[in-house]
Amino acid sequence: MAENNSRKNIFERMFAIDRRWVYGFLMLAVVLSVIAKPIIPIPISREARSIYDFMNSLNSGDYIHLAMDYDPSTLAELHPMTRAVLKQCFEKKIKVIITALHQNGPGMAAAAIDTACQRHFELTGYRPESGKDWVFLGYKPYPILIILGMGQNYRIPFPNDYYNVPLDSLPMMNGIRNYQNVKAVINISATSATDWWITYGNGRYQVPLAIGVTGVMATDYYPYLQTGQIFGILGGLQGAAEYETLVGTPGKAVEGMSVQVVGHSIIIIFIIIGNIGYFATRKKSKLGL
Amino acid sequence: MKRQFPLIIIFSLGLFMVVQYFVPHEKSEFFYEFIALDWPPIIGAFALMLGVISLTRVSITKIKRKKEAWGYSIVTLIGLFTMSAVGVVGYHYPPLTRAFNWNFNNIMIPISATMFSLLAFFIASAAYRAFRARSVLATILLVAAIIVMMRFFPLGPLTSVVGRASDWILNVPNLAAKRAILIGVGLGIVSTAMKVILGIERSYLGKD
Amino acid sequence: MDFGTAISNTVAALLTLCIFSFLYKDNPFYKFAEHLVVGVSAGYWVSILYINVVIPNIWQKLTAGKWWYVIPTILGVLMWTRIVKRWSWISRYPLAFYLGIVTGVAIPLEMQTKVLEQIFGTVQSFAALHNSSTDFWAGFNTVVVVIGIITSLVYFFFSKEHKGATGSVAKVGIWTLMIGFGASFGYTVMARISLLIERIQFLVNDWLPGLFG
Repeated sequence: MAENNSRKNIFERMFAIDRRWVYGFLMLAVVLSVIAKPIIPIPISREARSIYDFMNSLNSGDYIHLAMDYDPSTLAELHPMTRAVLKQCFEKKIKVIITALHQNGPGMAAAAIDTACQRHFELTGYRPESGKDWVFLGYKPYPILIILGMGQNYRIPFPNDYYNVPLDSLPMMNGIRNYQNVKAVINISATSATDWWITYGNGRYQVPLAIGVTGVMATDYYPYLQTGQIFGILGGLQGAAEYETLVGTPGKAVEGMSVQVVGHSIIIIFIIIGNIGYFATRKKSKLGL
Repeated sequence: MKRQFPLIIIFSLGLFMVVQYFVPHEKSEFFYEFIALDWPPIIGAFALMLGVISLTRVSITKIKRKKEAWGYSIVTLIGLFTMSAVGVVGYHYPPLTRAFNWNFNNIMIPISATMFSLLAFFIASAAYRAFRARSVLATILLVAAIIVMMRFFPLGPLTSVVGRASDWILNVPNLAAKRAILIGVGLGIVSTAMKVILGIERSYLGKD
Repeated sequence: MDFGTAISNTVAALLTLCIFSFLYKDNPFYKFAEHLVVGVSAGYWVSILYINVVIPNIWQKLTAGKWWYVIPTILGVLMWTRIVKRWSWISRYPLAFYLGIVTGVAIPLEMQTKVLEQIFGTVQSFAALHNSSTDFWAGFNTVVVVIGIITSLVYFFFSKEHKGATGSVAKVGIWTLMIGFGASFGYTVMARISLLIERIQFLVNDWLPGLFG
């Protein structure tokens, strides 16, 4: 009886520990993993490969639209996707029209473009130029109407680019009117903007669409993948790591996935311990102990 | 006319936009392009400013009445006015743009990103204390979650098995579940939109 | 790493640690950082709206002789009457203008994208079953998907009590939904932990090396 009481107390004691010990344990595990920098192989999903293969099939001088609809709170998962896509575009000399339809996003988008241009310069000696290789349109409120507006004519919502240069004076916007002039839209988003691109961009104008979304949202878009309304999904940090691997520049996402293994293992262990304790406690109370 | 006229505006514009989708006549395209799509972003800019005005009023009221933790409202206002000033003035005086970018990169980004990273700890605590297989349904949920969480684990010979199980979960039952939810959401959006256009749903008008 | 970058990273790191201090308990450092970001974000919106909307879409158009842009500008200013209770009814007009447009475009497109295309995709894949080139597992998966969708929709049909045959069908539906939610939960855990990993990567790989040379 005493032994049963002490075993019951162990489980009760375990679940009564201050939650800050749990936080500390997770923090320590993540910090040690980041310092150790383990490497794991990144399996490539069909959903990510289809985006990569599509982009690879494009020719130099083709246009794509990169819609960066996220804010700093989700840059951990989405920024690596943006960097990988921009790298592939600059390497293949694909012209990129970029928008940032989240009110906290334009500054971050401008910084990401600047970093991508600098990296390309370091690799090749050529720095992609605004108006010639890429154009950043910036932000406007009411994304639904902006997406519809760009489908008619980019100049309706964006008479100028983010740097207030008239669109008509930019060489790469000559002859570019709307989505019919771009090969696809790659939407990297943490908000309902993805739904709006699918509904209003692809739904009304049938522009081919691929998405990169946070892990929280990724599972919701498989129905659209099956119907062909989107042709690829990059889901969360894993999707970012897959794309970094595909474009040949493993970066923060690939490093982060190794640490993810540790994080996920901790969560799974916590769930298992919690359930062992739950069933043990339930069994004891059923036996009247 | 305080309530009737807005309802008339919504009904006429809503009906027009539905008809315009199916009958893209030249004249309706003109209205669509040059009014329906061009004007609302301008109105939206002022609407977003409402939030800023409201924040300013609330902060000033808190400071005036010396409510609890009023000192932090001063921090809010300093942040607001500093960032607005360097941004707006920086457009006309470019050297200030560096200060604007610095504030964004070294204040907004770290704090926003870190705030959301706290959720990792809360999920760990919840996993330890609350995620119990109390019923068959909860067990199904947990098993599916664990398989998906392990999809990229290096498990030697089991790696491909777990990977394929995870792919199957995402592309078959998850697809079915999410599609059913999507159909329900779509019908809900359409019915709510119709209720707004027909004036049945009037909560956006507020009180008189 | 140059001195300016080291200082910037230190400011960012200190603010990061202010937010992390909340894990121990609510404290003035956390509150300071929280209120600071609220103010800076609001200020950022003001700047972005001024640079990206007021200048190109209002000022430059009006000064180019397109006087009709004064109409949406006035409608926008009328939105601000919401602040004063006595005049807040005026803000209904610009709100009605926006709502009318958005609800109008939503009806056909939401119906098409979320309902019709989804039903079409389901029926199309089911119809392809009789195609001799469909392999067993593709056929099996299609049947599972169709059963899952129908049973999940029955689960959400609350106008009929879930008893008898309806109850059994709804039960299969809720099992399907639970698997879907489990998949979402798995991805959500990944999402949350990634956000933490990025912050730790910044502190360990960017800030500390710069601090200690």
